[in-house]
Amino acid sequence: MVTPVIEVADLRKAYGRRSVLEGVSFQVAEGEIFGLLGPNGAGKTTTVECCEGLRRADGGSVRVLGLDPVRQAAQLRSRIGVQLQQAQLQDALRVGEALELYASFYPRPCDRRELLAQWGLADHRETPFGKLSGGLRQRLFIALALVGNPEVAFLDELTTGLDPQGRRDTWELVRQVRDSGVTVVLVSHFMDEVEALCDRAAVLDGGRIVASGTPRELIARSGIGGTLSFRPGGPLDPAELAGLPGVTGVEESDGRVVVSGTGGYADEVTGLLARRGMVVTGLRIKEHSLDDAYVALTGHRN
Amino acid sequence: MSTSRNALRRLTATEAKLFLRDPVTAFFSLAFPVVLMGILGSIPALRRTSAALHGLSTIDLYAPIMAVFTLLMLAMNGLPPVLAGYREKGVLRRLSASPVRPVLLLGALLPLYLAVAVVSLLLVGVAGVLCGVSLPKQVAGFVVAFAFSAAALFALGLLVAALAPSAKAGNAIGATLFFPLMFFSGVWIPRDMMPGMLRRIGDFTPSGAAVQSVQDAWTGHFPHGVDLVTLAVFALVAGGAAAKLFRWE
Repeated sequence: MVTPVIEVADLRKAYGRRSVLEGVSFQVAEGEIFGLLGPNGAGKTTTVECCEGLRRADGGSVRVLGLDPVRQAAQLRSRIGVQLQQAQLQDALRVGEALELYASFYPRPCDRRELLAQWGLADHRETPFGKLSGGLRQRLFIALALVGNPEVAFLDELTTGLDPQGRRDTWELVRQVRDSGVTVVLVSHFMDEVEALCDRAAVLDGGRIVASGTPRELIARSGIGGTLSFRPGGPLDPAELAGLPGVTGVEESDGRVVVSGTGGYADEVTGLLARRGMVVTGLRIKEHSLDDAYVALTGHRN
Repeated sequence: MSTSRNALRRLTATEAKLFLRDPVTAFFSLAFPVVLMGILGSIPALRRTSAALHGLSTIDLYAPIMAVFTLLMLAMNGLPPVLAGYREKGVLRRLSASPVRPVLLLGALLPLYLAVAVVSLLLVGVAGVLCGVSLPKQVAGFVVAFAFSAAALFALGLLVAALAPSAKAGNAIGATLFFPLMFFSGVWIPRDMMPGMLRRIGDFTPSGAAVQSVQDAWTGHFPHGVDLVTLAVFALVAGGAAAKLFRWE
């Protein structure tokens, strides 16, 4: 791992008697898209707010770009961009004015015209915030997070309120932001988003990190696998299938054999069928997604 | 350093635009006082001086009342809903996450509101001259009286903004204070026509003291120490409480 841009170690935070973070540790490397995911109330937003200097941690340490987010807030804030989950703008403020206003807060703002075009806001320059649709508001918030040319961008619930096409477009733009060298921290409870976008992710649950790694690693670590099912062209001994490496179960119903397993179990099964010269029909493979892994890791339905 | 000066300039310009886009507050603080002066001044009886008013005319009494009315309007119906609304909507929070401190917003709003009050005052002054009202005769005293009045009323507005949990509450508390303060400023019955008891009470309200000190300077006397002390106490106590109680989120 290259020099970490964000280092969080043993972060603790309680609101009154309610403990929200109970020793959260993770690192984010330069130029990656890092996802923080978990159910509502897991402490995701509190964690990023500690990184942004909006909240003071009760214990542990946080360094962003080598700076203490609370004590060196002034230095840090001009180098990061923030999209907050619940923060609106004045209803009468127009899109172009909002960008110009926030641009004036930063020492090296980016080109506003380009930003407006990039985020599909060029036709809405003169539209007041109060008249923007949910999707346009979301895009404006992201644009505001990027207007100061940040080194790190924190995006909290990035695609809330966007339609499916809008979400995909936004993912593509976030990839472009990453490719331009910006480190992105993404807070999300959408597994497909994290799977599609994040280089690495950490799963928060009950104030602790229960797993972290690439989306693939998270799926592998959750211990859940997939299923492979087919109709055999001839007699097949279920015990033989069950004995293959990685296979965790074999069921038969209506002449259909369903094999579940983890790791390379599917290759083992197809290998066996090939050695037997057995022709099968209706072959289906179902791989588990991060969504399934998430449920397995946190024990929550999303 | 130049970034924060640039930020303040941009913030002030933005707030000025937003102020003018809110037609109700803009009308009542900029247009209403001069219009009312014009209407009252067009009635000959109100332009006549009277011995009962110590040689002043009714319109002479209304010029200071209108000058204070704008300050009162901005303090009670401007600051509380705007600031409480910004807190409620997360505008202040969003500012906190940027390199500027949200307190810069006050650095933009207070000078802006003071400028609006001065523009309104100039309009009232011009309307007054056209109706036979003299220009303020004790200029230094007038500047002091106006500045103390602005400080006291704006501090009170900030205190309401600090206490109100939402824009709606800010509006409600502001309006609840606005009407009694208007009454004691003499907008319905000028202070010189009030019964002695009401006038005594009014002396210790920020709007009564504001009108009295502005009127004294307008007619050629330096404002009374009692009025200036009343205004200073309101400015310091309300301002101090607002600073202590104000929450940015």
